[in-house]
Amino acid sequence: MRRAREPGNRRSWAVIGTPYVWLLLFFLLPFLIVLKISVSEMDIASVKDLVTLQNGRLDLNLRFGNYLTLVTDDLYFSTYFSSLKYAAVTTLLCLVLGYPFAYFMARARPTIQPALLMLVMLPFWTSFLLRVYAWKGLLTEHGWAANFIGATGIDSLLLHAGLIPGKGQLMNTPFSLVLGMTYTYLPFMILPLYSNLSKMDLRLLEAASDLGATAWVAFWKITVPLSKAGIIAGAMLVFIPSVGEYVIPELLGGPETQMIGRTLWDEFFSNNDWPMASAVAVTMVLLVIVPLAFFNKYQAEVAEASR
Amino acid sequence: MSAARFNRWFGRGWLSLGYAFLYLPIAALVVFSFNDSPVPNIWGRFSLKWYAALASDTEILAGFWLSLRIAFLTACASVVLGTMAALALAKHRRFIGRTAFSGMLNAPLVMPEVIIGLSLLLMLVATQKALGFPERGLLTIWIGHVLLGMAYAAVVVQARLNDLNPQLEEAAMDLGARPWQVFWLVTLPMISQALLSAWLLTFTLSLDDVVLSAFLSGPGATTMPLVILSRARLGLNPSVNAVATLTVLVVSVGVVCASLLIARRERRRAAEVAAASRRD
Repeated sequence: MRRAREPGNRRSWAVIGTPYVWLLLFFLLPFLIVLKISVSEMDIASVKDLVTLQNGRLDLNLRFGNYLTLVTDDLYFSTYFSSLKYAAVTTLLCLVLGYPFAYFMARARPTIQPALLMLVMLPFWTSFLLRVYAWKGLLTEHGWAANFIGATGIDSLLLHAGLIPGKGQLMNTPFSLVLGMTYTYLPFMILPLYSNLSKMDLRLLEAASDLGATAWVAFWKITVPLSKAGIIAGAMLVFIPSVGEYVIPELLGGPETQMIGRTLWDEFFSNNDWPMASAVAVTMVLLVIVPLAFFNKYQAEVAEASR
Repeated sequence: MSAARFNRWFGRGWLSLGYAFLYLPIAALVVFSFNDSPVPNIWGRFSLKWYAALASDTEILAGFWLSLRIAFLTACASVVLGTMAALALAKHRRFIGRTAFSGMLNAPLVMPEVIIGLSLLLMLVATQKALGFPERGLLTIWIGHVLLGMAYAAVVVQARLNDLNPQLEEAAMDLGARPWQVFWLVTLPMISQALLSAWLLTFTLSLDDVVLSAFLSGPGATTMPLVILSRARLGLNPSVNAVATLTVLVVSVGVVCASLLIARRERRRAAEVAAASRRD
């Protein structure tokens, strides 16, 4: 398509320009406004202007009070910490459960692989909100999962680990929160891992076995390193959104599992404190910007590599 | 037991347990939607009363209708914008701000939705104060959903564009086709399947979205997920199960039809390609 790059081709400018303008207008600009409001003062129902011109005097009002509160207030600090903690635990659990899953999927008979893949994607098509809500019914007293956990004695294990406050009290605990997050994000881990593992050149494993490596050694020295890109992609797809998750902590979490997405929501909807909510949003972006850069680099690489 | 056999059975077991985990909540939703009992998660007896109640539940019905309209508009706009973005990235190796463009395009895929929702809302409030519009409601929710949807559509379309054989487009151009003819007659038919799956994906994405809708909705514009969230917050509610079962039904029928359609098109295309090469 060398012709498309020639100057004066208005059509290709439209193809690039339309989505570009949309993104600038509805992604970048809103974020700059959040940045501005996070350092603004608030009147009763509106945000004061940052720059005011009065009697020939130009005033610049920057208020860093919100950020100061975020850094000094223990409550905010512990919320950030626990968000990162729950997101990290969720990512780890998804990896531990999802890696073998994706691996066995990729090594299943090629004829049934499309069906296996379809079965992983199908839950995506039913509402995420409804699937999270379903765990509420499963985990409250008499629910299927609650009965199972009680009957197998897993609950005393959880009690011992300090994840639930008492036997049979599974809902609104760190346990139910992490379970719900792992459940929701597991497919996001499986899919990139599967697409990576299914493309692997199996002759490498034969070569390793010819050279005397056991299956176990070959797995750790060949399969795992080759699937690094899939692991990173999956981990980012799980970690970044779970840091700011709102719905799952709201429905399955409890008072002790406060997460930052919920804090933002409460500051905005309950306290009507827009500058504070904005400051929380800005700091949340700072938390996820490094993993986000990783993810973007990976996405770009995938797009380039498959051509 | 040999190691290979152990591996095979371990693999099967792991997959079965994994699928059981993925489908357990969906099964529970469906089962308990037919339940008539004082305690919502203990089985009493079979009943269709929650479905009957749904038919006169104006809040849910109004929410469903609004969600459906937003989802339709979102899917159409997302596919157009997402395809443009995918074409821009696939066909133009360098243009000013390409890295920023792909970064902004991909960020909504993972960016916590509360951030996107809050920032869009604050901007729309500012615009409304300056210009007097837009009123919060269908339009503003649509803008948010399209931002998310175009990112997903672009990923789907881009994957397909990368698989295309560039020689086909080059051949068309060598034969004298203009760029727009190449696009309409060669590129578009070849990516039509990806466009369909992108449309379906963004449609369900929009139908399902809670967080963006919560920030961007206004008075009188309550989408179905918002109704469900407000009921789910309060506790177990069998009417929610009935809604869930209906969506499961619609989705399964839709997915089966779509995959049959795609399979048929694929077969027809394969037959056409075979016929074309025989003629040579």
